[in-house]
Amino acid sequence: MTPALELRDVGKNFTMHLQGGMQLAVVAGVTFSVRAGECVVLAGPSGAGKSSILKMIFGNYRCDQGQILIRDGASNFDIAGATPRQMLTLRNTSIGYVSQFLRAVPRVPTIDVVAEPLIVCGEPREAAQAKAAAMLHRLNIRDALLQLPPATFSGGEQQRVNIARGFLPDLPVLLLDEPTASLDADNRAVVEDLIKEKKQHGTAIVAVVHDENVRDAIADRVIEVAQFAAAA
Amino acid sequence: MNIAAREPQPLLIAEGLGKSFGRQVACRDVSFELHEGEVMAVVGESGSGKSTLLRLLSLQAEADAGRVLYRMRDGITRDLATLGEAELRFLARTDWGFVHQDPALGLRMAVSGGANVGERLMAVGWRHYGDIRQVATDWLARVEIDTARIDDRPATYSGGMRQRLQIARNLVTQPRLVLMDEPTGGLDVSVQARLLDLLRNLVAVLKLSAVIVTHDLAVARLLSHRIMVMKGGEVIESGLTDQVLDDPREPYTQLLVSSILQP
Repeated sequence: MTPALELRDVGKNFTMHLQGGMQLAVVAGVTFSVRAGECVVLAGPSGAGKSSILKMIFGNYRCDQGQILIRDGASNFDIAGATPRQMLTLRNTSIGYVSQFLRAVPRVPTIDVVAEPLIVCGEPREAAQAKAAAMLHRLNIRDALLQLPPATFSGGEQQRVNIARGFLPDLPVLLLDEPTASLDADNRAVVEDLIKEKKQHGTAIVAVVHDENVRDAIADRVIEVAQFAAAA
Repeated sequence: MNIAAREPQPLLIAEGLGKSFGRQVACRDVSFELHEGEVMAVVGESGSGKSTLLRLLSLQAEADAGRVLYRMRDGITRDLATLGEAELRFLARTDWGFVHQDPALGLRMAVSGGANVGERLMAVGWRHYGDIRQVATDWLARVEIDTARIDDRPATYSGGMRQRLQIARNLVTQPRLVLMDEPTGGLDVSVQARLLDLLRNLVAVLKLSAVIVTHDLAVARLLSHRIMVMKGGEVIESGLTDQVLDDPREPYTQLLVSSILQP
């Protein structure tokens, strides 16, 4: 069975022009694949390049070396060569991403922040908002907060808004960057359940999780990112 | 779904645009494609040529080199240089909008707010006073201007209200392409946030294509899908907005990104 997502020999360097052209090598030779319904956890110390790998898959960072193949119908599509329009299409149709921090837009109510990915894909506003409300409710966000912009929420509340937004659409690939880092035990359990449901639904998941209990609960495989350390 | 296969015709194509003022090069070899529903930000410091580019696109200035192609409502893509005066005027009045940084340049300050919006409708043949007033009222409400102010002249409006009025005036004819020159420049931060939120919604709901010139990277991040970085009249880097901002490649782009204050 072809994997839903496959990285082949992916590498990333940053050239810091403001520091005299210093070369910062992040990772090299990153090779792994994820099947539908599988959760792969990237492990390793801070700075090992775990988030950078997620960002390359989502197109936030350019992929300088190697290929990032995502299943596209019967063939594979290489994200490393995607045009901006193709990348935006992929984000709507194929790749979800829960970032470490919520980037809040001023004045937009929480319910619309969460419903937006569905509306972009053509779901009617009311239906999208109803699903968003149900998801937020599940993540224990109080009803009173739904009409407020999340900018003033606590860290844990913002993270749950971010999780709701990322988990709401049904996309074949889901990237999670420390989704449980600032959550209490109850909410952590909710997120573990959500991940299990996604897996049963056939979503391929790549997650960065430090918490060992969460990792044990969700991971089918753990990949040590240290093995991809770039020769500096 | 087949991602690679889906590429419709662009709405706007710039090919090798160039413009000099005497020996001063304002724009050199600028090319890009803009698709329907796509928002592109053009960033760069003062004097980088971004406003000149906007003037070339809107034919307010004549290019020394290159051409601008536009897909007309009948689906046929045409070189703007081959259009007649009347066709161009019709485009400018209906299918295009132009939002100036200074609203006074885009509004008629001596007539009422409602008339500023209604005028664009009359230019495309609307004649019924009641209908025009109704649509103008709706649009004032959409851009969050108190409709009780419909008969007041924009000279009595605040800066933020004037800018919102200019946007209503531009969008009332349902243009497909809107060019904006520093639309939030010179406004207070709180007023800016409101305007940005408004623009973001209108662009999404109306599926507008837009080129937004701004020196504010936060504005570009919020509103645009793609970004083009200009320096010395040339495009030095372009790509997906968050990719250019999160992983800038060129020294100048790195300098721009690292110079933002993060509150």
